[in-house]
Amino acid sequence: MWRSPEPKKSYDVIIVGGGGHGLGTAYYLAKEHGFKNIAVIEKGWLGCGNTGRNTTIIRSNYLWDESALLYDHSLKLWENLSENLNYNVMFSQRGVLNLAHNEHDIKEIKRRMCANRLNGLDSRWIGTSEIKKLVPIMNTDNLRYPVLGASYQPRGGVARHDAVAWGFAMRSDEMGVDIIQNCEVKGIRTKNGEVDGVETSRGFIESKKIGIVASGHTSILAATAGVKLPLQSRPLQALVSEPIKPVINTVVMSNAVHAYVSQSDKGELVIGAGTDGYNSFTQRGGYDVIEETIRAIVELYPIFGKMKMLRQWGGIVDICPDASPIISKCDIKGLYFNCGWGTGGFKATPGSANVFAYTIANDNPHKINAAFSLDRFVTGRLIDEHGAAAVAH
Amino acid sequence: MLIINCPYCGERDQSEFSNGGQAHVARPSDPEKLNDKEWSEYVFVRSNPKGIFFERWVHSHGCRKWFNAVRNTATDEILKIYKLNEKPPSLDEFTNNLKTPSGEPELGSGNFTVKK
Repeated sequence: MWRSPEPKKSYDVIIVGGGGHGLGTAYYLAKEHGFKNIAVIEKGWLGCGNTGRNTTIIRSNYLWDESALLYDHSLKLWENLSENLNYNVMFSQRGVLNLAHNEHDIKEIKRRMCANRLNGLDSRWIGTSEIKKLVPIMNTDNLRYPVLGASYQPRGGVARHDAVAWGFAMRSDEMGVDIIQNCEVKGIRTKNGEVDGVETSRGFIESKKIGIVASGHTSILAATAGVKLPLQSRPLQALVSEPIKPVINTVVMSNAVHAYVSQSDKGELVIGAGTDGYNSFTQRGGYDVIEETIRAIVELYPIFGKMKMLRQWGGIVDICPDASPIISKCDIKGLYFNCGWGTGGFKATPGSANVFAYTIANDNPHKINAAFSLDRFVTGRLIDEHGAAAVAH
Repeated sequence: MLIINCPYCGERDQSEFSNGGQAHVARPSDPEKLNDKEWSEYVFVRSNPKGIFFERWVHSHGCRKWFNAVRNTATDEILKIYKLNEKPPSLDEFTNNLKTPSGEPELGSGNFTVKK
């Protein structure tokens, strides 16, 4: 597995946050940029945050060119990830459907599908009869949420979320990365506009390059260095059912009703709900949000009506005003942020880690993440992905 | 789900309300003097503390009136509710030692309310 070393006094790079994005960043820093003296500092255990809490959906059918490039960079890395890590992340390209329930949905989804095709992505529009063939259990002519069509991305799918964290952790550890768990970063110390290191629950650790990948808690850490980020932290809920025989072999998402569902290899239905409507750091969320999701799920799939749900949880996601992430430098030299993934960061794990590692190594963004700078909130060049983000922000 | 004590209607389920984000955000008094960075902060940056948060709510499915609340975002405890024309309470009013941005005790995220 990986060692649990005592933290050294100083590192060349410190990554704060031991989720998929953070561990992946350390992996690519060591593998592609020749850094040897790296620490990943994690408050809890590896993947205990949103990496272990998401619904594991992977796709790249985003509207704008910048996003399509970023998410498809990630999808291409997913396609070879198990081989490159020599660890099975159980990446399964079972296809992703985005349902249209009304005239507006049809227009919005078709527009996005056409933009995808111009960017060389494998999106296509499919009609109700084809949806019925793909997902026979769906009641497409229910009255409340009629299914009028869908966009379909066959290269999309799911992966085993824990395995992604473990795979990156094992290979990083082999390359000498120190993975320090149960160590909370309490603040970032700066000196003359440069980072100096991090204050942790196990003392001060020095570094001239610090990457913050702490999802919901990123803005709190940023504040300790005097950096203001346009982020709001909210609970995003998900739930799984009791395991049943295979009934659904693709991923079905519905942006309008916040109900997305897939079936895990264990047989559980993995169901994603929406965000709660207020800022909170309690990893639970309110029942009214789940109720709304379940209502739509039961309407779309009547056979799930009598199923029991096994467990429910919430993760704290950091939401950006334009529903796109921030992978960027800031005014403080040596301080880098990879945040704002909001409700959909898992799909981007390898791609985000890859370009973030490049940004940290070269102190300059990769061309893929140049548009995702913190600066875009000043220049106004926002990347509005509220339509593609699947969960209303 | 939270129970929110609307100052006009009394205690109701949170699903009757909508959240309006951070309270007491003042519009710049001299907008023409602001540069792009300052505008960006006014438009996009809101405080996001783990701990005591001053926020706005509206009773959308009730009296439809706006009011302010002080809530601890680490526990979702509502510490005070006050009307829009009242002054914001000072942090010293709360005996709670979870003042921003310190967040919660050393238990890990989200566990505070459960373990309390």
